[in-house]
Amino acid sequence: MNSIVAQHLSLNHFLVVGALLFAFGLMTVLTRRNAVALLMGIELILNGANVNLVAFNHYVGGNLAGQIFALFVIVLAAAEAAVGLAIILAIYQMTRNIDSAQMTSMRQ
Amino acid sequence: MEHALENLAPLSVTPVGYLWLIPFFPLLGAFVNATTGWWLQRKAGKSAIHAIAIGAMVLSFATACVAFVKLLGLPGEERFLQDTLWTLLSAGPVHVDLAFALDPLGMMMVLVVTGIGTLIHIFSVGYMADDPAYWRFFSYLNLFAFSMLLLVMGDNFVIMFFGWEGVGLCSYLLIAFWYTDPAKAAAGMKAFVVNRFGDFGFILGLFLLFWGLGGVWQQMPNGHLAYRPIPVGQQVRILEDHAASEGAPAHEESVIKVGPTLNFRQLRDQVVVKATGVAERLTHQKLFGFGLLALVGVLLFVGAMGKSAQLPLHVWLPDAMAGPTPVSALIHAATMVTAGVYMVARLNFIFALSPTAMGWVALIGALTALFAATIGFFQYDIKKVLAYSTVSQLGFMFIGVGVGAYWAGAYHLLTHAFFKAALFLGSGSVILACHHEQDMRKMGGLGKYMPITQKTYLWACIAIAGFPVASGFYSKDEILWKAFSQPGLAILGMPAQWLGPLIYLIGIVTATGTAFYMFRSYYMTFTGEYRGGHGHGHDHDNGHVVPKESPGSITGVLVVLASGAVLASVLGLPASWTNHPPILESFLEPSLPATVHFTEHPRWVEWAFQLIGVSAGAIGWFFARLLYRNGTSPVPAQLLQRWKRLWTVVYNKYYVDEIYQATVVRGSVVFAKILSWIDSRLVDGVVNLAGAVARLFANLDGAIDKYLVDGAVNLVAQSTIAAGRGLRRVQTGRIQTYLYGALAGALVVVLLNFLIK
Repeated sequence: MNSIVAQHLSLNHFLVVGALLFAFGLMTVLTRRNAVALLMGIELILNGANVNLVAFNHYVGGNLAGQIFALFVIVLAAAEAAVGLAIILAIYQMTRNIDSAQMTSMRQ
Repeated sequence: MEHALENLAPLSVTPVGYLWLIPFFPLLGAFVNATTGWWLQRKAGKSAIHAIAIGAMVLSFATACVAFVKLLGLPGEERFLQDTLWTLLSAGPVHVDLAFALDPLGMMMVLVVTGIGTLIHIFSVGYMADDPAYWRFFSYLNLFAFSMLLLVMGDNFVIMFFGWEGVGLCSYLLIAFWYTDPAKAAAGMKAFVVNRFGDFGFILGLFLLFWGLGGVWQQMPNGHLAYRPIPVGQQVRILEDHAASEGAPAHEESVIKVGPTLNFRQLRDQVVVKATGVAERLTHQKLFGFGLLALVGVLLFVGAMGKSAQLPLHVWLPDAMAGPTPVSALIHAATMVTAGVYMVARLNFIFALSPTAMGWVALIGALTALFAATIGFFQYDIKKVLAYSTVSQLGFMFIGVGVGAYWAGAYHLLTHAFFKAALFLGSGSVILACHHEQDMRKMGGLGKYMPITQKTYLWACIAIAGFPVASGFYSKDEILWKAFSQPGLAILGMPAQWLGPLIYLIGIVTATGTAFYMFRSYYMTFTGEYRGGHGHGHDHDNGHVVPKESPGSITGVLVVLASGAVLASVLGLPASWTNHPPILESFLEPSLPATVHFTEHPRWVEWAFQLIGVSAGAIGWFFARLLYRNGTSPVPAQLLQRWKRLWTVVYNKYYVDEIYQATVVRGSVVFAKILSWIDSRLVDGVVNLAGAVARLFANLDGAIDKYLVDGAVNLVAQSTIAAGRGLRRVQTGRIQTYLYGALAGALVVVLLNFLIK
C-alpha cells in the first residue's frame, strides 16, 4: 500500500466499507428467499467482518493476528459454502425447490 | 368319718427317653395317611393304608410293652417313668413342659388304648373294606389314638387338656365320618357341642384348683376377701425317717415345691405329703361359702360328665352311634368315654379330700347307670342298646371312683374296654352280615350263620351281666361292695351315711337291668328265625340273602377281645377269696395315694353280697330268656300294649332330647334371635349412621378435591397449554424470521447500551 493512500484513508473508511458489506449481507439474508442468495449474503457478512479484522490489525494492532483471523474466516467461509451448497443441492433434488420459505419441515 | 391321706413320700422319677415314641407313631401314621393317603390308596391299594395305620399302632403298643416291662422292674413306690421333651412355656410360677409320664394307672390306660386300639384297627380292615374314604378313616383313627395317648400320658394338665380336646375333635370327625348324611353330621356336631359344656366345667375346675394352690383367700374382719399369695418357688424340705431300713442314711432330705402348678406329680407331692400343709390348707379354704375342693371336684366332674356321657350330658353318646361301628367300639366304649373316669382316678388325692365331691360323683354315676339301663330295655337298634349300656357302665365306673374305690373304677374301665369292645365289634359283625341293618327286629337266628360272632357276643354278655366266670363280675361287684361299705359321702357339705347303701341299691337294680337288656339283645339277634333278608334288600334283587360269617380279620379280633374279657378276671380276684389284695389293686396302688376308709364287714357279708350280685345277673338273664328267646314269646308284645304310655316315655329316652330341644336349643335360638334383632336394628343403625356421616364428610372432601385442588392443577395445565399455543406462532421454521429476531435483539442491546450510558 502506497503512502498517498495511507495518507488519505483512515480507519473509519475501512470500517464504513465493512459495515456496508455487513449491512448489505444482512439485508440479502433477511430479504432474499433463494437459498443460494442466502449463502451469498452470508458471504458478504463474513467479508464485512474480514475487512474489519484486517483494518483493525493495520491501524490498531501491531502483529498479524487480525490477518490470520481473516484467513481463517475465508477458509471457514469456503467450507461453509461447500457444505451449504451441498445441502441446498440435496434439498433441491428432493423438492425441486430452493425457496427458503418452503423449508419448514424441521419446525416440528 | 375322716377322709385323710396317709403321709406318703414324694414320688421318685425314673427318666425314660423313649416314652414320646408311644404317641409319636400314631401321629406319624395319621400324618402320612392324611397327606398322602388319597394317592397311596389309588396307587398301592387299601392294604398300604391299613398297613401304615396298623403298623403305627403295633409299634406304639410294642413301645408301651417295653415301658411296661421297665415299670414292672422297678420297686412299687418308684414306678414312675418320665420323659421331658422340651419346655412349652414358662411364666412366673407356671412351668409347662412337653412331657410324658407313666405311672401304673397311666400304663394301664396306655396298654388299653394301644392294645385294644390295635385290635380295632385290624377289625376296621374288614369292616371298612368297601368305603371309598378308607384312608381318611384310618388317618382319623390314628389321630384319635395319638390324642388319647396324650390325654393319658401327659405329665401335666396342659398336655392332658390338649389330648382331652383332641379326642373330642377326633370323636366329632369320626361320628360325622359319613358326612353326606345330614343326620350323621348333626350327631357329630351334637357330640362336639355337648362336650364343650363339659369342657367348660373342666377348665373352670382347673383354674380354681390352680388359684387355690396359689394362695390363701381369707375373710377379713371388714367382710372382704383378701388374697395372700404363696411366694413363687417356695419349697418345703422334708426329713424322711429311714431309721427302719438298714444301711441307708437315717435321714433323707427331699425338697417339695409348693405353690400353683399344672404338673400332676408336683400337685400330688404337695397334696400328699402332709408336712407341706397344702392338703390341710385346701380343705379349709372356702369360696362363696362352699368348700373350695368341693367346687373344684364338682367342676372337674362336669368335664368328666361331658366326656364320659353322664347325666345330664349323656345325650350325645347314643347319637354318636351314627359313626362307623369300629369307632363306636374304640372311642365311644373302650377309650375316650372313659377319659372322665381316668381323670377322676388320676386326681384321686384331690377328690378324696372332699366328701361332697365324692358324693356328687358317685350319685351322678349311680343315677346315670340306672337311667341309661332303663332306656336300654326298650331300644331296638342294637347299637343304641350298646350305647345306653356304655352310659350305664360308665355310671358304674363313676360309682367306683366316687366312693373311693379308685382301683375298682379303673378295673371296671379295663374289663369294660374288653367286653364292650367285643360287644360293639360283635354288633359290627352282625350289622355287616345284615347289610347295614341295625334293627334287632329284622335280625334273629344269626347264631346259625355266624357261630363265632355269636359265641364271642355271648361271652361278652356273660361278662357284662356279672357272672363269676368272666371279668365283669369282679369289677362290678367290687364297686358295689365298696359303695355299700362307704359311709363317708356327703351331699352339699352335709354328711350322708345312707348315700353309700342307697347307691348300692341303685347299682344292684341296674345290674339286674344290665343282664336283662344285654341278654335281650343277644336273644333277639342270635336265636330264633332270621327275620331279615326280605323287603330290605336294596341292592339284592333276589330279596332273600342269607347272612354269612364275617372274614377272619373280624372274627379273630372278636375272639381275642372275648378271651380278654374272660381272662381279665385274673387281675381282680377279690381278697375275700384269695386272702391277698387283687393283682391290679396292688399294681395301681402307687398311682392312687388317696386313702379312703371303708367300714369293715365280716367276710361272710361280702360273700353274701357277691351272691346277691350274681343272682341279680341271673334274674335279668332269666327274664330275658323267658321273654325273648327264639322270638316266640307273645308276652313282650302284650306287656307293651298294657304299658304303652310308660313304654313310649322310656322308648323316647324320657324325652331328654326334647327337653334339651325345648330349653337349651330353643333358648339359644331365642337368645340368638334377640341378639340378631339388636344386631340388625341397634348395632347396624349405629354402624349405618357412622357410615352416613363418614360418607357426608367424604363427599365434602371429594368436592374440595374435585373443584379446588383439581381446578388449580388444571388451571396450571391449561395456562401452560395456552402459552404454548401462543408461542408456537413464533416458531415459523423460516430462517429469516429468526434472524429478524436476532437482529431486533441486537438492536435493543445496542440501544440499551446507549440509553443506560
